[in-house]
Amino acid sequence: MTTPAPFGARLDDVVVRFGSQRRATSDGSIVRDESTVALDEVGLTIRPGIITGVLGRNGAGKSTMMALLAAFLRPTAGTVRLGPESTTGGTDAWEDPWENAWVTSNVQLVRESGDLQDDEKLSETLKYYADLRPHWDADLAARLLDLFEVNPRKKPAALSRGKKSAVGATIGLAARAPLTIFDEVYLGMDAPTRYAFYDEILTDYAAHPRTVLLSSHLVEEVERLFEDVIVLDRGRLLLAETAEEMGRRGFSLTGPASAVERLAGERRVLHRQQLGATVQVTLEGAPDDGEAAAARAAGVELGTLPLQDLFVRLTDPAREATS
Amino acid sequence: MFDGPEPIYVQIAQMIRSQVLAGDLAEEEQVMSTTQFATTFRINPATAAKAFAGLVDEGVLYKRRGVGMFVAPGARERLVGHHREAYFDDVLAPALDQADLLGIPAEDVAAYVLRRHGAGAPRADRPDALTENQEQS
Repeated sequence: MTTPAPFGARLDDVVVRFGSQRRATSDGSIVRDESTVALDEVGLTIRPGIITGVLGRNGAGKSTMMALLAAFLRPTAGTVRLGPESTTGGTDAWEDPWENAWVTSNVQLVRESGDLQDDEKLSETLKYYADLRPHWDADLAARLLDLFEVNPRKKPAALSRGKKSAVGATIGLAARAPLTIFDEVYLGMDAPTRYAFYDEILTDYAAHPRTVLLSSHLVEEVERLFEDVIVLDRGRLLLAETAEEMGRRGFSLTGPASAVERLAGERRVLHRQQLGATVQVTLEGAPDDGEAAAARAAGVELGTLPLQDLFVRLTDPAREATS
Repeated sequence: MFDGPEPIYVQIAQMIRSQVLAGDLAEEEQVMSTTQFATTFRINPATAAKAFAGLVDEGVLYKRRGVGMFVAPGARERLVGHHREAYFDDVLAPALDQADLLGIPAEDVAAYVLRRHGAGAPRADRPDALTENQEQS
């Protein structure tokens, strides 16, 4: 079986506004309801063949962004384009996914809701996806259902939340779509099932390289899977960069208070903890070689921060006031 | 696994260096592929690839096209040399600072070292001694 070329994607100045509508009030006048902006001037590129994490607090716009890529939604303004990279690395062949069968057959979005035919046997839903997805692997689907202990003769309505999510994971992987999107697919899964899911993503991604987008609130569990990270916050793009670059947005110093204070210098302190004479400060930015050597010489431990911590600090509502 | 304060690719490289030093990975022996690393330790394959690229630059690993990564000939010797250089600054100096702090005279430290050595305790050119020291650093 050949592996299709992974899809990249690009959003330019994308705005998505929901719920703007006119309505008549009791006195007969017409008013316009305030609309909600789900995405506000978002521009970003999703690199083909890479696992990208999509992080954001509730209502940040993650699901909206992912729905745009799968053409479940159309932007209010701006452009969405996706497709395989040409041999020269060009994006000339990228197209708008809206009402575009060629693009959408190559994009598999798995939503938290599952998109399953609730009142028919699960095997019917799988047949439906097999027809839609040119690269569907039925053997893989069967193996994954077995792994997740889901009976394909059951109706999805009879499945628990976690088992429904496992079906979503199965569909997402078995579709082998050049752009595969998992939107909070882990919901309800117990820890062993989630880890099995992560392992299957990595194994299948290695054997059949493709572009994977994965959103999750369990940042600690999934951050090591990511090569790139997108962070959305209240409809705006906070960052889109490699996980390594994101990791350089902060670091920690742990050691004797006086040495730590001296080494921290003018850097912005994001967080500070003290236990007796030992202080740990979280600082913005990355240490240069000189700082690292100075820390070692002073017996101060230099540490990286988990993406989870950086994410929490970056999306802290109090941050805007101080920065 | 890989819970240290350094970036994961640094920890992976460190683990492979330790295995080469200890002789667990022999010269010309194949190391796990980036895919095996990724699935075994649940990390992005690019992270493992980055660790390998660094080790290739250091001359610890080399790549056989289409086959995989192998421990370079002379890798262990190079690592031993490098760690010996760093030993006094990275391992012994902090230990002696601690001795100063505790008021242990230099003669006592010297006597201990000589006694240990005489008793046939691990010597610096033995791999297990080196890995122990390295983990302390």
